[in-house]
Amino acid sequence: MKKTEKSYAGWYFLLTVAILYVIIGLFKIEVILPALKFSLKIVRNILPVFLVIFALMVAFNLFISPYAVRKYLGKSSGSRRWLIAVGGGIISTGPIYMWYPMLKELRKEGVQYGFVATFLYNRAIKPPLIPMMIAYFGWKYTVVLAVVMATISVIQGIIFEKIEGGGFL
Amino acid sequence: MDARLKSALTKSARAMSNSLPVLAGVVLLVGLTHTLIPKFFYFSKNAVLDSIIGSGLGSVLAGNPLTSYVLGGELVKQGVSLVTVTSFLVAWVTVGLVQLPAEVIMLGRRFAILRNISSFAFSIIVAIITVFILGLL
Repeated sequence: MKKTEKSYAGWYFLLTVAILYVIIGLFKIEVILPALKFSLKIVRNILPVFLVIFALMVAFNLFISPYAVRKYLGKSSGSRRWLIAVGGGIISTGPIYMWYPMLKELRKEGVQYGFVATFLYNRAIKPPLIPMMIAYFGWKYTVVLAVVMATISVIQGIIFEKIEGGGFL
Repeated sequence: MDARLKSALTKSARAMSNSLPVLAGVVLLVGLTHTLIPKFFYFSKNAVLDSIIGSGLGSVLAGNPLTSYVLGGELVKQGVSLVTVTSFLVAWVTVGLVQLPAEVIMLGRRFAILRNISSFAFSIIVAIITVFILGLL
């Protein structure tokens, strides 16, 4: 049911934009054609990248599942667990709600909140989507952002461990 | 066809098609904004304030990160600062106000609220550090 609601939300958004075009067109018809032309230009730019993203998504969905990731999570200690949290977050695919049950289970098994926080933060770095980021921002930006985010995620994880250790969570 | 490959193809196609209406809407909206609103109108010139606005927008909006890349990339082309767009991109994927109720139920109220607040603050820090490092390269 949630899935249906979510997919309809996207269509409602598109419909709202279409209505906006109609309303603006009634008052200022001369802006509609340039706006559509500009939108088409964007579509032409991103279309080839879409094909690469699709291929990468298929590869990731083929080899990585919550079950496969779970095998490696929560098993190690020391600095290695941060690497696993970062790596696990990066390679996790699909919507976030798919991963909440797994993280809840890991918590029951004694995994700390810091690990969960780091895992969730790294879901922001998605290898299949990197071609689009490179297309818009360049590879230098993409690499720097990914490294900074991975570093910050560990800092966030350590902060959460301290907070949990202090008994706040 | 191998069942696993078929499942991977279906999952990927579904994920892509789910994000298409939002992406199409955003692209149309960018086209309209580009034509209607003058460039100087986007955000202020204050990097900190702009990154807070960027993070705020990114926190409220949700969806496939792909949409945020397209929107962010077009905003940069329109003259919006890289710090603003970076904080927007980072907050889009790390702060989840829409998913907050689910996160509260599954992982606990205090953790979920604190994680989202800290992720909001970190999105600004990440943006400033990233742009600073890029300036050095």
